[in-house]
Amino acid sequence: MRVTHLSLADFRSYASLEIALQGGVTAFVGPNGQGKTNLVEAIGYIATLDSHRVATDQPLVRFGAPRAIVRANVEREGRTQLVEIELNPGGANRARLNRNPVPRPREVLGVLRTVLFAPEDLALVKGDPGERRRFLDELLVARWPRYAGVRADYDRVLKQRNTLLRTAAMARRNKTSGPNLTTLDAWDHHLAKVGGELVGARLALISALSPLVDKCYAEIAEGGATRIGYRSTLSPEPDPAVDVLTEQFLAALGQARANELDRGITLVGPHRDEMVLELTSSAGEAGLSAGLMPARGYASHGESWSYALALRLAAYDLLRSDGSEGGEPVLILDDVFAELDAKRRRRLAERVSGADQVLITAAVDADVPEQLIGQKFAVAGGLVSAA
Amino acid sequence: MYEGVVQDLIDELGHLPNIGPKSAQRIAFHLLQADPAEVRRLAEVLIRAKEQVRFCAICFNVAEQQECRICRDPRREPASLCVVEESKDVVAVEKTREFRGRYHVLGGAISPIDGVGPDDLRVKELLKRLADGAITEVILATDPNLEGEATATYLARLIKPMGLRVTRLASGLPVGGDLEYADEVTLGRAFEGRRQLDV
Ligand SMILES: Nc1ncnc2c1ncn2[C@@H]1O[C@H](COP(=O)(O)OP(=O)(O)OP(=O)(O)O)[C@@H](O)[C@H]1O
Ligand SMILES: [Mg+2]
Ligand SMILES: [Zn+2]
Repeated sequence: MRVTHLSLADFRSYASLEIALQGGVTAFVGPNGQGKTNLVEAIGYIATLDSHRVATDQPLVRFGAPRAIVRANVEREGRTQLVEIELNPGGANRARLNRNPVPRPREVLGVLRTVLFAPEDLALVKGDPGERRRFLDELLVARWPRYAGVRADYDRVLKQRNTLLRTAAMARRNKTSGPNLTTLDAWDHHLAKVGGELVGARLALISALSPLVDKCYAEIAEGGATRIGYRSTLSPEPDPAVDVLTEQFLAALGQARANELDRGITLVGPHRDEMVLELTSSAGEAGLSAGLMPARGYASHGESWSYALALRLAAYDLLRSDGSEGGEPVLILDDVFAELDAKRRRRLAERVSGADQVLITAAVDADVPEQLIGQKFAVAGGLVSAA
Repeated sequence: MYEGVVQDLIDELGHLPNIGPKSAQRIAFHLLQADPAEVRRLAEVLIRAKEQVRFCAICFNVAEQQECRICRDPRREPASLCVVEESKDVVAVEKTREFRGRYHVLGGAISPIDGVGPDDLRVKELLKRLADGAITEVILATDPNLEGEATATYLARLIKPMGLRVTRLASGLPVGGDLEYADEVTLGRAFEGRRQLDV
């Protein structure tokens, strides 16, 4: 799969931009702050309806402009589709597929699939559990777009349930009459139903992903083993069926009920679960069997960087191995090579050089490995020109 | 901000459901430029509707008399009751001609975010209607979105212990939407394929 044309209107620093892209390797090179990341961010947005840098759409719209438009031609298996998204920070976003409006933007998910690695990904290893949950859920949606709906439903039921709990807790504290709590069971029922589905899908994803991450990490970091696991507030057994998870979720909600009513918030469920990243230390004394340690809090800067990169590359391998479902995703590497030494650069370059489409950004030419020369653009002062 | 009465008009329109500030402004200027007779007709029908239309004492559908047309119609099957969120849903279901029973209009769906709980809906009135045993099947036709589903689950749990058959429309309705947006054929099929709720 590849993006053959990108068109931006009032997206980030670009008032208007049209560029044609080819398959294979494309590098965007230019000094800091010139708009390289903005470009690849736009492509990522078409795939995920989300930015890897910001949580809301407002900063994606050119400062002072009312809305932004991102368009891309996506070619896969000889067929080209046109995806268009209009970002309206004041109101609802809109999307069109092959010039036909779709009822909700979510429906263009899956037309383009990308895997994007950026310096911000260090937070996957060093940041809060929420960063890792987001990684998991985004990958879920990239593999099976219907999980976008499951996740949205979960968030909505959770918000309803939390509002009910919060209002009840407040009323109790103020000794006023609170809301009718008889509806709580109905919300529990739906929360457990969608939550069970979400946890089941995350667990399946992690079992598929863990060996791939281990392999990628060993390649990039030259030795060292990793393991990823899932710590759930529902304490699932290995490979439980979705209805078992739903039962466990209901049981956990039952146990937490008193505490939740007291604190006014939902305390169990996939929104509190954690993807646990572990690795062996490479500085361990020779001869001692290297044990697995949590990466967060223990891994060095370089190890964390390699781990984050391994997570993205594993995601890429996983989506690629899913095969038929739309073909290889587009790989995007934002500023990755500057952080790697010569040997690792070469290895990463070899690894990705055969991809359908790889988009790379770098501040200077010297950061782009020789093996990866294909199409090249110079990015400066808001202009993107073939170099 | 506009001067005096213009801003008042925009503010009033902005209180209507699904009308944001931009739409309110657009409608206000449309009205200001319209033919005075047209605006007068609108104002009069608003007042007349408010004065004349009331809610059916039995099912809470809009009615021009004490009881609505459907509740008064003796040909309606007394044994089945269709529970909907709003009067507009009654219209949608009637269009399918699949249903020959009567209705109960809740007046919304449970949504803590919007401050709506069961006590804000006509739930007590519903239970009272079910108490005399004449009704044997309750069809929960709340909207196919999360709030509608939760409301259906909540009601099913209240009603089932009374020994009634409780059904929900078959899936296939556009998820996340309003009942009224489903076309007649889809909604009619959903009625035919309704199934018992296990809750
Ligand atoms: N909404 C916006 N409106 C206008 N300009 C913006 C907007 N958002 C970001 N910019 C500008 O875009 C530039 C940043 O672009 P970008 O992040 O793509 O840089 P870069 O080329 O990737 O640089 P680096 O090499 O430092 O990563 C900044 O100068 C910033 O001011
Ligand atoms: Mg950048
Ligand atoms: Zn009536």
